Amino acid sequence: MIDVAVVDYGMGNLRSVAKAIEHVAPRLEVAVTSDPDVIARAARVVFPGQGAMPDCMREMDARGLRQAVLAAARGKPFLGICIGLQMLFETSEEGGVAGLGLFHGRVRRFPGEKMADAQGGRLKVPHMGWNEVRQTGAHPLWEGIAQRSRFYFVHSFFVDPAERGLAAGEAVYGVPFTCAVARENVFAVQFHPEKSHAAGLRMLANFVAWQPELRAKSAVSLSVNLC
Amino acid sequence: MGLATRIIPCLDVTAGRVVKGVNFVGLRDAGDPVEVARRYDEQGADELAFLDITASSDGRDLIVSVVEAVAAQVFIPLTVGGGVRTVADVRRLLNAGADKVSINTAAVQNPQLVAEATGRYGSQCIVVAIDAKRVAGSRALRWEVYTHGGRKATGIDALEWGRRMEASGAGEILLTSMDRDGTRSGFDLELTRAFSDALAIPVIASGGVGSLDHLVDGILRGRADAVLAASVFHYGEYTVRQAKEHMARRGIEVRLQD
Repeated sequence: MIDVAVVDYGMGNLRSVAKAIEHVAPRLEVAVTSDPDVIARAARVVFPGQGAMPDCMREMDARGLRQAVLAAARGKPFLGICIGLQMLFETSEEGGVAGLGLFHGRVRRFPGEKMADAQGGRLKVPHMGWNEVRQTGAHPLWEGIAQRSRFYFVHSFFVDPAERGLAAGEAVYGVPFTCAVARENVFAVQFHPEKSHAAGLRMLANFVAWQPELRAKSAVSLSVNLC
Repeated sequence: MGLATRIIPCLDVTAGRVVKGVNFVGLRDAGDPVEVARRYDEQGADELAFLDITASSDGRDLIVSVVEAVAAQVFIPLTVGGGVRTVADVRRLLNAGADKVSINTAAVQNPQLVAEATGRYGSQCIVVAIDAKRVAGSRALRWEVYTHGGRKATGIDALEWGRRMEASGAGEILLTSMDRDGTRSGFDLELTRAFSDALAIPVIASGGVGSLDHLVDGILRGRADAVLAASVFHYGEYTVRQAKEHMARRGIEVRLQD
C-alpha cells in the first residue's frame, strides 16, 4: 500500500517533494508516480507542478492522469503545490488555458509594471523568495505553524477564487493574493512547503497525519470512477 | 511586511567536496557539502548556491551526487551551476534535486539554450549568470561580458546581454562584478543598480563582499533583490544570522527564524 503518491507528469523537480515527505515521515511509503492505478490506491496524494500551466495541463492529459487526479481531489487527503494549486481552478491567464475546474475562480498574473514596494522601488516578477503568510482560519495543516511564518514562493501567477470561504492563507506582493485554499479533503498552496525549512516541513508532517472527514457522495463518485 | 531580501551563501564544489581558495595559490578542503549546507541552513540561509568548479568532464558527474545528498537533507532552495552546457545537463541537475540551474558560458556560446531550457522547465528554474567587467576608457559607464570563469572577453555589452536573457525567459540574473570579485571592497553598486533598474526579473548581486555593510549597500543602493557571498561566511567571520540581524537594523526586511 502506497501511503503518499506524488503525481508525476514530467514537469520538473519532484524529488524534493518526495524527499521532504520521507524526511518528516520516514516510515511511510512514498511513490513518485505517473500510474493512475497507483494514484487511485494511495492513501494520500500530493499534486505538485512547476513551469507553465498550459504545459502542465498538456503533460497531465498526455499521461492520462486527469481522472485519477480529480478522483483523488474528491475523495482522499490531497495537497496541491504551486501549479498544482493553480490547476484546480477554472481558467488561467497563462496561455488562456482551462484548468481542472474543481474550484470556481481564475489564475491571474501579477501586474508587474504597476507594483511598487514601500520605498517606491519596482517589484520584480516572478515573485521569488520568502514571504509572510497570513493564515485566514484554523486548519489542521496550519497546526504548530506560527501566524505570519515565511514560506518560499516562486511564481508569476496567483489564484483568485470566486468562492467565499475557500481561502486558507493570504500573502502580499504588490497586491494581496490567496496563497492557500482549503475545502474538505483538499488543501493547496502557492508556496513550496518542501523548500520552506521548518514551517514547510511541519506542514508536510501535518498533511501526512491529516484525517479529513470525507463526504459520503465523494466516496460514491470515487468508487464509480474506479469501476 | 512582505517579501524578504535573500542572502545566498555560495559554495565552490569539486570532486564532491567544498573547497576554498587560499591566497589565490591553491584550494583547501572546506568540508563535506552536506555538512556545510546544513550549517548555513541552520544559520538561516534563504537559499544555497553550488558552483561546480571541476575542470574535467570526468569529475562533473560528482556534482549530481552532491546535489542529491544535500537535497535529501536541506529543505531550502538550491541553485547549481558550473559547466552546464545542454538541456540534458539542466534536466539531470533538476532531477537530482536542484531547484534552479545557473547557466553562464554556454548561454553565450548558444543563446538558444536559455530559451530551450526555460521553454521546457519554466523560467523559475533557470538563472543566467553574468560575469561583467568595466570597459575602461569608455565615456558612458559600460560593462563587458566575460566567460570561461572570467578568462575570456566576449565583446558583448553586459546590460544588453541581461535584457536579451530576460527576453529569452531567464527567471533571474546572477550578476558578478569581475572588478570586485575577491577584492572584499564591496559590490560594484553602479553595475548592480544598472541591472536592477533595467530588468523586470530579480537580480542577485555578487562579487566583492568583505563586510556586512557591503550587503546592506547592495540592497539599498544597488537595489539588488538578493545578495550572494562566499568568503565572508566561509572563513567564519560572520554567520548568516549575524548578516541578517545587521541588515534588519538597517531597515531591510529579512527572514529571521527563532
